Amino acid sequence: MSGTADGRGSAGAGGPVLEMRAITKTFPGVTALSDVNLTVRPGEIHAICGENGAGKSTLMKVLSGVHPHGSYDGEVRFEGEPVALKDIRAAERRGIVIIHQELALVPYLSIAENLFLGNERTTARGLIDWDATLREAARLLRRVGLRDRPRTPVADLGVGKQQLVEIAKALAKEVRLLILDEPTAALNDEDSAQLLDLILELRGQGIACIVISHKLGEIRRIADVVTVLRDGRTIETLTVRDSPAAEPRLSEDRIIRGMVGRDLDHRFPDRTPFEGHRDIALEVRGWTVRHPVDHQRKVVDDVSLTVRHGEIVGIAGLMGAGRTELAMSVFGRSYGIYVSGSVAVDGREAVTRTVPRAVAAGIAYVTEDRKHYGLNLIDSINRNVSLASLPGMRPPGPGGRGFVDEHHERAVAERYRATMNIKAPTVLEQVGRLSGGNQQKVVLSKWIHADPKVLILDEPTRGIDVGAKYEIYTVVDQLAARGKAVLLISSELPELLGMCDRIYTMAEGRLTGEVPRGEATQEVLMRHMTKDRG
Amino acid sequence: MTTTTTPPRDSAAAPSPSRSARELLLESARANMRQYGMLVALAFIVVLFQIWTDGTLLLPNNVSNLIQQNGYILILAIGMMIVIIAGHIDLSVGSLVAFVGAMAAVMMVKHDMPWVLALVLCLLIGAVAGAWQGFFIAYLGIPSFIVTLAGMLAFRGLTQIVLEGQSLAPFPDGFQNLAKGFIPEMGPYTQYHNPTLVLGLAAVVLLLLREWRGRKRQSAYDLDPLPTGLWVAKCVALTAAVTAFTLTLASFHGVPVVMLVMCGLLILLGYVMRNAVVGRHVYALGGNKAAAKLSGVKDQRVTFLVFVNMGVLAALAGCVYAARLNAGTPQAGLNFELEAIAAAFIGGASMSGGVGTVMGAVIGGLVLGVLNNGMSLVGIGTDYQQVIKGLVLLAAVGFDVWNKRKIGR
Repeated sequence: MSGTADGRGSAGAGGPVLEMRAITKTFPGVTALSDVNLTVRPGEIHAICGENGAGKSTLMKVLSGVHPHGSYDGEVRFEGEPVALKDIRAAERRGIVIIHQELALVPYLSIAENLFLGNERTTARGLIDWDATLREAARLLRRVGLRDRPRTPVADLGVGKQQLVEIAKALAKEVRLLILDEPTAALNDEDSAQLLDLILELRGQGIACIVISHKLGEIRRIADVVTVLRDGRTIETLTVRDSPAAEPRLSEDRIIRGMVGRDLDHRFPDRTPFEGHRDIALEVRGWTVRHPVDHQRKVVDDVSLTVRHGEIVGIAGLMGAGRTELAMSVFGRSYGIYVSGSVAVDGREAVTRTVPRAVAAGIAYVTEDRKHYGLNLIDSINRNVSLASLPGMRPPGPGGRGFVDEHHERAVAERYRATMNIKAPTVLEQVGRLSGGNQQKVVLSKWIHADPKVLILDEPTRGIDVGAKYEIYTVVDQLAARGKAVLLISSELPELLGMCDRIYTMAEGRLTGEVPRGEATQEVLMRHMTKDRG
Repeated sequence: MTTTTTPPRDSAAAPSPSRSARELLLESARANMRQYGMLVALAFIVVLFQIWTDGTLLLPNNVSNLIQQNGYILILAIGMMIVIIAGHIDLSVGSLVAFVGAMAAVMMVKHDMPWVLALVLCLLIGAVAGAWQGFFIAYLGIPSFIVTLAGMLAFRGLTQIVLEGQSLAPFPDGFQNLAKGFIPEMGPYTQYHNPTLVLGLAAVVLLLLREWRGRKRQSAYDLDPLPTGLWVAKCVALTAAVTAFTLTLASFHGVPVVMLVMCGLLILLGYVMRNAVVGRHVYALGGNKAAAKLSGVKDQRVTFLVFVNMGVLAALAGCVYAARLNAGTPQAGLNFELEAIAAAFIGGASMSGGVGTVMGAVIGGLVLGVLNNGMSLVGIGTDYQQVIKGLVLLAAVGFDVWNKRKIGR
């Protein structure tokens, strides 16, 4: 296989900085990493690629001490000697620093205070040495190319500059190996370019760097080597360029092949056709939304799409592509700042300014984060199922308006418990005690009972086991067969390929493709999903 | 975050129509662990002091006394429970009690206003005060702790301004009856208070009717109701409890007016919280605000209404308390907010919101009330009383936390 480099075989004169051998990490019921190997040589920019859930973050957590030594199998060698890191601080003392996707700066402290947080410059008597703090802060800021004063509060900086402060903070800890998790996911093009240049500069200073990124264009621009993970395993390690100055000789398609090259190992129910008229149920036109905090950034940019009755339409995209943001902003403007765009349901203009109006218009949104946005975990199944359709459960007779017939409510919930196969002794069971799959069925029941025309399902099978997945696919199929329009957002390409009639792809807030079922393959989708802007 | 379902649960799910009575009982007990726990604790405390005081605790005149002593705290506790279920807190109710009492005194003592009109105006003042605070909390998103802390200071100050630092007395008899009165005796002389017997009988009939209707509805919807034997036992127990209570009250002066008010609130707000859409929305908001909003709950309006309700109830409690003191005084209602909060937590509220019942607030309030009354009867000093009440609160909430941890997740 051309382009494959065995790190261990061709270690340079100094030997590798980092060797992770046969790392296996299991969580109850899930094997997150299985026999993973990773070798990073001095002054190397090493990219790690893989789909969502491939195990990239878990591997980095093992490396940075979040998952302490002993909670995984395998060996980690750093600068030639085996290390047993018990927490993040131990990793940082060795010079292994991770910068997470969500920045970990304290907004109301100054840049200088943030740089030395937990690593303070102190006088002999244990007080903060402000002179040393400010002096060194200024030096570190120069190194990362920031011209702001060290006393500036971090809250006054944009996200791009904050990212640079994070790197300066790592430099303050005398970093030997810098790990960046999706460093440019939240940045605009200009900030991204600046950050990538800085990473290249650090390589010149002998600091090795691991970059997790979905953006293949960026990887080709800066990385020397790329390791592809899939389903918790190392698939391959590929050389991107032969020397730091050389042009990349690895194509994006080659990386994509490694990321998706698995057989469809999930099973899907055969689609039941819908017999009615396949009219357009949902039409979104020119939908544009800005980030709730960073007003400059368009999180959803001029998206137009349609879903017909009886149709399951997928939205594919990598993390940060704006899929959830699109869905939530359409559903009662529950995310971000609305800029422009319109929604029509069954050909009629629909006002979806608030959630109750969106529901009244016939739209339902089943969230990707059922624990935080989908369920009241401390309440019972029946009260969760009924929440979106309480007015429809009024007792008979006059004067029943505004009230709930508990017996009707329980009977409805019992019906869903039976038809959806929710595993609980009765519907009075607390939802928090159910398994993930059963919780997901409760959320689905809630929205199915609200009887919408359009169901937006956001990652409906995330974190649930294979058996429950199949049950949920069956439910989705039945919904479409009954004429509902289903918009299915998923990070699992096989799921989209197995369920959808049509698949839209998104990248950086924009629609980058529309692929009918017949033409859809994982490679085609991944190519659209990794398109850079411009 | 395990995704495996335990097998025993599955097997319990399968034969649903014919589950044993024991299973059903256990299940319902577990679902209402905290409330049953407090009911048992209340019974235990009652029995304890009944023995300790050689039967004085449950003498008819002491029971009447207990109800009148605690009426205003129970009214506050009901409102506070709803506020806490919604995920908020109200520190201003003690000061609001004082302010409304002062306004009542000004209206009736200084200006000779008819007491019914004054009472209505007082409740309106409460509603406005609640709306004022609710506006900042619901629509401007200022934390309820801060807004009501401000209210606590402001209403206390307003009380002193209105009263010019002095007490105003006395109130008309009609108003005083709110706290001290009993429903009037009617009909021929019997050993018992006749209207109380009639009310007790009506209560028994209504309770049994409700049970019977509920059971009929359950069968109609194919839900499995309690087995007949157990259901009959439950009805007999309910009847016995109401009868015993009725006879106790009827052998003294009868039903206190404040108890009538209390029971009205308990039934009305209990029903609203359980069966009205807005009540459900309160629980949903307190349990998970984000999920509730994404399910179409109008969070701002619901929060606003919760505080308006609290304001009205605080005003009612203020009137009852002023009537009991027979004066509007600047120091009225001191620490009432803490008593109400303690009652709500003892009665099953949770700091994080989303949990609790109106009945629970009453039980919690009664636990505190019986403790107060019983300890005074046996001669425990107020110093020790405070310590013991503090420990009871800690134990009740500690039990809740422990119970939740056991459930896990």
